[in-house]
Amino acid sequence: MSKILIRGAKVLGGEAQDVLITDETITAVGSDLTVSSAEGAQVIEADGKILLPGLVDLHTHLREPGREDSETVLTGTRAAASGGYTAVFAMANTFPVADTAGVVEQVYRLGQEHGYCDVQPIGAVTVGLEGKKLAELGAMHESAAGVTVFSDDGKCVDDAVIMRRALEYVKAFGGVVAQHAQEPRLTEGAQMNEGVVSAELGLGGWPAVAEESIIARDVLLAEHVGSRVHICHLSTAGSVGIVRWAKSRGIDVTAEVTPHHLLLTDEMVRTYNPVYKVNPPLRTERDVLALREALADGTIDIVATDHAPHPHEDKDCEWAAAAMGMVGLETALSVVQQTMVETGLLTWADVADRMSFKPAQIGQAKGHGRPISVGEPANLTLVDSAYRGEVDPAGFASRSRNTPYEGRELPGRITHTFLRGRATLVDGKLA
Amino acid sequence: MKRHLISAADLTRDDAVLILDTAEEMARVADRPIKKLPALRGRTVCNLFFEDSTRTRISFEAAEKRLSADVINFAAKGSSVSKGESLKDTAQTLEAMGVDAVVIRHSASGAPYRLANSGWIDAPVINAGDGTHQHPTQALLDAFTMRRRLIGPDAGIGQDLSGKRITLVGDVLHSRVARSNVDLLHTLGAEVTLVAPPTLVPVGVETWPCEVSYDLDGVLSKSDAVMMLRVQRERMNAAFFPTEREYSRRYGLDGERMARMPEHALVMHPGPMVRGMEITAEVADSDRCTAVEQVANGVSIRMAVLYLLLGGNEPAVTNPRTENARTEEK
Repeated sequence: MSKILIRGAKVLGGEAQDVLITDETITAVGSDLTVSSAEGAQVIEADGKILLPGLVDLHTHLREPGREDSETVLTGTRAAASGGYTAVFAMANTFPVADTAGVVEQVYRLGQEHGYCDVQPIGAVTVGLEGKKLAELGAMHESAAGVTVFSDDGKCVDDAVIMRRALEYVKAFGGVVAQHAQEPRLTEGAQMNEGVVSAELGLGGWPAVAEESIIARDVLLAEHVGSRVHICHLSTAGSVGIVRWAKSRGIDVTAEVTPHHLLLTDEMVRTYNPVYKVNPPLRTERDVLALREALADGTIDIVATDHAPHPHEDKDCEWAAAAMGMVGLETALSVVQQTMVETGLLTWADVADRMSFKPAQIGQAKGHGRPISVGEPANLTLVDSAYRGEVDPAGFASRSRNTPYEGRELPGRITHTFLRGRATLVDGKLA
Repeated sequence: MKRHLISAADLTRDDAVLILDTAEEMARVADRPIKKLPALRGRTVCNLFFEDSTRTRISFEAAEKRLSADVINFAAKGSSVSKGESLKDTAQTLEAMGVDAVVIRHSASGAPYRLANSGWIDAPVINAGDGTHQHPTQALLDAFTMRRRLIGPDAGIGQDLSGKRITLVGDVLHSRVARSNVDLLHTLGAEVTLVAPPTLVPVGVETWPCEVSYDLDGVLSKSDAVMMLRVQRERMNAAFFPTEREYSRRYGLDGERMARMPEHALVMHPGPMVRGMEITAEVADSDRCTAVEQVANGVSIRMAVLYLLLGGNEPAVTNPRTENARTEEK
């Protein structure tokens, strides 16, 4: 029997408590645990640190199968453990596309084998992400992977009829469609947010309305057919307004925001450095502030990383030729601490809600996003929130280094991550 | 002046006037029996063209040769998207061969900026047109043409374009010429008005230092120069305007419209002209149209830019005025 005693951690940022883990389960929580049950336990001194439930990422690109040069299930889940995650949802835009039971089972099994972090595959909505024909959603759900979230992420399900059918169809087994909201015709050749900066830089514009028009359509479709819909990486103030309106109307919609959209603006693009190239693009200061406010008031339900690894050569080039996306698993909590906690918008308990409880609930990740209390699976993350340091991509566990934060000082550091009682990260080092 | 010339917005008023003044000296060389200066003797300039462009490349090449530089022309068709032909590798290859300056034309906005700022190479970079971003030497040669015609080759020395009213007409959205001209003309004190159908004006134009109008006839009589921008016929297919004929009627410059311009006002065009689209043959061939003169001035401007950026070891032109120019260069 293995026992670990985490001593003196501020549980969800509250009072200092001791937490006892026995095998896979939390077996005691209290102040000054001297009970005999803790005898023989390995002790982790956690004075002043914050104890959170293991983080859950509803939006990760693990790239395997097909683009193992940028990430694999192994390297991606190691990055996840480094970032405090105990479960990640792997997006379907792999090669081959995760649009069959076979591919999702493979990804699921790789996650289980490596053991750094639970991997819950997301199934494609349409065959080959082509937006034409529904993939076998039921088969993916019934597979060993037990897929509950479906998304063509990277591409928008832009055909209104296909989207309607998908929303309806997954009701049979309680699934949810996660939409990458991007009207394709309005974003042909799009390179960055359309506005003052794009006008000056001469880069093709990605207008906010291309996102907002799809979200507006999809919440109305969800209302019409009585389904729930999830909006990926919401990025504009206008989108916030639409989701807020939809929720006030009782529409079953949830939404995510990425850490980078909470921190960075399109002003960064003036450097023409493709580390800032991402889809949806970095928006304006006004959007950033609206997104923070929406995450604080619950209009936006969760933070999801959209961790998108790319090999160096795909970013070490001119802007137009560069790939879109940023890695995010290993910096997500730090960015949230800086933009949401240190600004007073969220408490640590709220952070647990936005980065663990809610994402686990939306994705139905069993055993994740649970309270830190007796009898719960010991999926935990210990954070040294007092830490300050510059981001050094050389230390990343991810195979890729395409972070927009290189050299930037960010607060907070994950010291320990526990997956069902087993430490995957100890003192900031992968176990 | 900065080490590179990437954007017209990088130039101060004094930088720009210095370039125009230096170009005026260079222009005089063209009138000599031997049109050659020793200023860049022993220096190697590479013209790195990732996008087809006969005019601009020949203009730079002529400028480089008149300054006695050794010239390497590198035409890499297509973009670096095709692996094994990346901008970085190409640039580093050239640097290894010892080029002293790189003149780059690229279809991707920002490619020259990346080249100059990514640490890939050390040599000065001159932007010869990037995507829909900037084409600074075009703006300089346009300003040079305006100053010569509206003020005078000699009277213009040391002068900017304060108070001149310049109108740019056409596809502003896709035009690096328009962006460069707005920046430079504003720096030189001119008042700029852009005229285009609303579909061809970028979202975000409101922060540009210029006016925007949808009505060509309303601004013609108040213009000292009207610059017509090329409009590609393909834009019609993307619904930027209904038909070629409608575009010509609303935004094209014909004889009748030209007659409503002030008598001294110029008609300018960066070329290549689409006759019958944005400009009629009658206007293009008239005395007021400076299109051909702009080409000639382009060589003088590019000589001036190369000379100033490469800090030639010898006086550009042996006469007192150029000595002044070299002092200001610091």
